[in-house]
Amino acid sequence: MFIKHSTIEKKPLLLLVLIILTISIGGLVEIVPLYTVETTIERVEGVRPYTPLEQMGRNIYVREGCYLCHSQMIRPFRDEVERYGHYSLAAESMYDHPFQWGSKRTGPDLARVGGKYSNEWHVAHIMDPRAVVPESIMPSYPFMTRELGIEDIQAHLETLRMVGVPYDDEMIANAAADLAAQADPEADHDGLLARYPKAVVGNIDGDPARVTELDALVAYLQMLGTLVDFADVDPSSLEQ
Amino acid sequence: MAAETEKDPVTGTETTGHEWDGIKELNTPLPRWWIIIFWLTVIWSGLYYIVYPTFPGWKGIWDYTARKDVSVEMKEVQAGRAEWLNKLAAASIEDIGKDGELLAFAMAGGRAAFADNCAPCHGSGGAGGPGYPNLLDDDWIWGGTLENIQTTVTHGIRWAQDDDTRMSDMPRFGVDEMLDKSQISAVADHVLSLSSGGAAEGEGAEIFAENCAACHGESGQGNAELGAPRLSDAIWLYGGDKAAIVETITKARRGVMPSWGGRLDEVTIKQLAVYVHSLGGGQ
Repeated sequence: MFIKHSTIEKKPLLLLVLIILTISIGGLVEIVPLYTVETTIERVEGVRPYTPLEQMGRNIYVREGCYLCHSQMIRPFRDEVERYGHYSLAAESMYDHPFQWGSKRTGPDLARVGGKYSNEWHVAHIMDPRAVVPESIMPSYPFMTRELGIEDIQAHLETLRMVGVPYDDEMIANAAADLAAQADPEADHDGLLARYPKAVVGNIDGDPARVTELDALVAYLQMLGTLVDFADVDPSSLEQ
Repeated sequence: MAAETEKDPVTGTETTGHEWDGIKELNTPLPRWWIIIFWLTVIWSGLYYIVYPTFPGWKGIWDYTARKDVSVEMKEVQAGRAEWLNKLAAASIEDIGKDGELLAFAMAGGRAAFADNCAPCHGSGGAGGPGYPNLLDDDWIWGGTLENIQTTVTHGIRWAQDDDTRMSDMPRFGVDEMLDKSQISAVADHVLSLSSGGAAEGEGAEIFAENCAACHGESGQGNAELGAPRLSDAIWLYGGDKAAIVETITKARRGVMPSWGGRLDEVTIKQLAVYVHSLGGGQ
């Protein structure tokens, strides 16, 4: 039934054919599904690319390794759905590069933290978690009052466009202006909100004069999980 | 390398026939238990592949999805709770307290929802902190009746995304140069004196009457309709020393509470209102 190992070793052509056969099966199983990934992304309304400020906040989130303690993935289990809200959809993280699903919950899941607390609470909590949650073991990030580095924001969006995030030319041309506008309570937000609906605008960190890392991070946290309105989604369409 | 295999005289095992410098290799067979487990895992993976949705387009013979399971489970849970949830939905919020069993159900749900949603700001026991009101006392900025609490939870305070949110914007007397520093200092002294009756005369009293009394009341008793805190007690949301009061008058505070109407359902908010009302200060 089996060809003897010593036979295969002595016939290079047979060895080659069998190697190609083996690798083909592995490739079929592991690579082919990637080409159908679009069929696994639910068709829901509302998911948009991140605003420039949110994207910078996301970069801080990645930089500080928030995902090491906080997942962004509400699994389809009763305990999670009852606590955190609707289970996460693939569509909700389709513009994430890299995704922040995480697999460790020292802190709570953050997939739907947007709108759950006030901006002031987030700022106080990031600066010193014990100030608002005495039993917290989260580290403090008081240095985030420093100014946000924004010189390369346009390049960030262009890079993300290269990997498939649908930033259009208008979004990229307005990147720096949108970033400044989102953290400025006095600015005109119409353009920003037309491009990026549901963005949280205004004096986020209580310091309107500067755009800080806190502004960016809180703008990002405040939009997490808020884009899809589940009242409009047919539940059975998600159960593929 | 000789290709000849032979039986090793010491162990009684076959050799592989490989020989290097007179050293021969034993062809010890793998343990039977290992081989059995190996083949079982291979068979297991094959069955797994057939049973579960493993490949695009293949739903598996059990047609399993975790999402379907959870929606079925959630429906069962809802059905199990339906009797009490429907009673809660039907009862007016004032009537919940009249039915002991219903109250117990509302309290249990409220306690769970509070721990998850409210505790990060108001504290796990509801004692609050600087900027986040204490819910255990009877000092209510927006009113402490069941209905007041229900409205506050549903729509939040100064929550921009909710059109019915509770709004009150104290003027920024210092930042917007409505009062100068010495006036602010004088009126802060007057505010501090309100806890012990208040001085009837003086610059502070005059400024207070002109600028503050319209919302906070002539004697600083506050006005829950307008969200103006009572100033004549010893309870301070942002600190009761003079520096804190000067800062409040200078910059105004304008604390924010999210609106929960979009996140929690009506019955949960009712439960929360009943729970918070029961914490000590409900009116």
